[in-house]
Amino acid sequence: MDVAAVFFYLFSAVTVASGFMVIAARNPVHSVLFLILAFVNSAGLFLLLGAEFLAMILVIVYVGAVAVLFLFVVMMLDVDFAELKQGFLQYLPLGVIIGAIVLVELVAGALTLVPSPLGKPAAPTPGVSNTQALGRVLYTQYLYFFEVAGLVLLVAMIGAIVLTLRHKRGVRRQSVAAQVARTKATSVEVRKVPSRTGV
Amino acid sequence: MILTGFALGPILPEFVLAVGALALILMGAFRGERWAWVVTDIAIFFLGAALLLVLRQPSGSVAIFNGAFIDDGFGRFMKVLALAGSIATLLMSGDWLRRERIDLFEYPVLIMLSTVGMLLLISANDLIALYLGLELMSLALYVVAAFHRDNVRASEAGLKYFVLGALSSGMLLYGASLLYGFAGTVSFAGIATAIHGQSSIGVIFGLVFVMAGLAFKLAAVPFHMWTPDVYEGAPTPVTAFFAAAPKMAAMAVTVRIITTAFPGIVGEWRQIIVFIAIASMALGSFAAIGQTNFKRLMAYSSIGHMGFALVGLAAGTAAGVQGVIIYMTIYLAMTLGTFAAILEMRRNGKPVEEIADLAGLSATDPPMALFLAAMMFSLAGVPPLAGLFAKFYVFAAAVDAKLYGLAVIGFMLSVVAAYYYLRIVKIMYFDAPRPAFDKGSLAERAVLAIAAAFIVLFSVFPGGIVDAADAAAKSLF
Repeated sequence: MDVAAVFFYLFSAVTVASGFMVIAARNPVHSVLFLILAFVNSAGLFLLLGAEFLAMILVIVYVGAVAVLFLFVVMMLDVDFAELKQGFLQYLPLGVIIGAIVLVELVAGALTLVPSPLGKPAAPTPGVSNTQALGRVLYTQYLYFFEVAGLVLLVAMIGAIVLTLRHKRGVRRQSVAAQVARTKATSVEVRKVPSRTGV
Repeated sequence: MILTGFALGPILPEFVLAVGALALILMGAFRGERWAWVVTDIAIFFLGAALLLVLRQPSGSVAIFNGAFIDDGFGRFMKVLALAGSIATLLMSGDWLRRERIDLFEYPVLIMLSTVGMLLLISANDLIALYLGLELMSLALYVVAAFHRDNVRASEAGLKYFVLGALSSGMLLYGASLLYGFAGTVSFAGIATAIHGQSSIGVIFGLVFVMAGLAFKLAAVPFHMWTPDVYEGAPTPVTAFFAAAPKMAAMAVTVRIITTAFPGIVGEWRQIIVFIAIASMALGSFAAIGQTNFKRLMAYSSIGHMGFALVGLAAGTAAGVQGVIIYMTIYLAMTLGTFAAILEMRRNGKPVEEIADLAGLSATDPPMALFLAAMMFSLAGVPPLAGLFAKFYVFAAAVDAKLYGLAVIGFMLSVVAAYYYLRIVKIMYFDAPRPAFDKGSLAERAVLAIAAAFIVLFSVFPGGIVDAADAAAKSLF
């Protein structure tokens, strides 16, 4: 048994187990932590397939951003998860049916898989990694899409700020200039305290 | 220069506008809120510069970025319309926003970025460019819809628009993925070659979903549900913007994808367009009758007018596309003029929006009543005004394409729609006067007067625009 196979079974087993724990855990924070574990192990599976760019993106985007966002939502919103889970079992039959349909479709799809009409994928160029190859087309052939996508994200950012940022009055903000300009004379008062009387 | 090797010329207007928007964000961020009016003025300047650059583009059609972006006569004509709509809205909105105390510098910047999205959408020549342009345009629109964030109705309008817009983007993307899967390419020309007159079920599914996504942006029935609420809830200058500029871009891209990607399967897409056109005309005509709010009435009116414009597209010929272009030009003038009048409706510093508030306007403000009456007559299609010519060109194209039923139904529905436009004229001229409105800003009155002059003069000198629209339509075929 070679090393790759060992790691494949390790990563897959942990992914499946933590995926199960995401829906089985009682504590929602535990669920999110198991989700992160599942993501990291899936990234490991991508690495074994030679898709190192996808692996890193999975870690950065899903673990770094999405899972942390989930964690924020879970921790900051006061959602009563115990109440949500009440009557969970009554959805079980429907869930099993939907799961079975998806499983049948997946198996049927896998059995009738036909070769892509778009032809064979190009053979990898020696000496060029996935990341390099993506970078080469992203900034040349797809430059236009890349730049416009950047503008779209900029609009999303401006929109979030416009709609939520409020300049409240009376908020005590840090003023670096005022802090630096403080001297001993303005901030320290020296008093002679007579003994046994206090200030 | 790093940019050597790229032909930047065809995309120069969009480039200037995008760079200008970035510079204005920095300026606004450093200079704070009190500079909002300066940012608005500079934004108008940049939009005007982009308009000049579009007009100065060399004739002929050039595709750049591996065919993702195309600059042709049709695109240039629609870009001029979209830019004119944006400039007119920005001119009118400064005063209104200042009185409502929501004159933030982000507003002109978002309008600019949305306009960049429109220009990119008009020039989109493949599915990815279409989606990116559409999202850039819409995302900025969602934000400006909710711009009056302390107003519950504006927030509701923004949220409703955002949720339904996201749904429509999903449908569009699903359709685009099906088209890509069955054609093996995202480029419009490539899809046309791959289909070559034989429609497979997958292509038709893709076509239907893409049309559904685009019909949402056009606010055509049955994807119009959001329109009345969003138009009523959004701040009035924003509503004016929604009714004017984005419609130009959405109509342009609908025409472009139909004529360049699906010329081989006319029978398939014509059913969809004919249905959407009839349903929009019918809903726009009947549902507007019971409205009391002017903005809501204009929402139904715009739904109906999109239906009329689509009649020209249903013909699928160069004459039909010419009709669509002329219709959109005249619609733009009528819409901007009417919204300029709505923006002027203000009593004791508070904006009023009910149609009943116009009662007796002919006594209190005769010029405004005259201009608004001209708008209403033109929207109804009463003879000497431009609105009649708009309808004439699309119906003539439909008759030429042997779509007699569609033309007859459209004609009858335009008679129904005339009722509620003429009712407004009756209220202005024959009802007992209400107190006069506050004095409006110069820009609002100027836009109203220019729009009125346009629709009156169009019937006298239609030549220039009709010929330009003809040349623009021919560039697609």
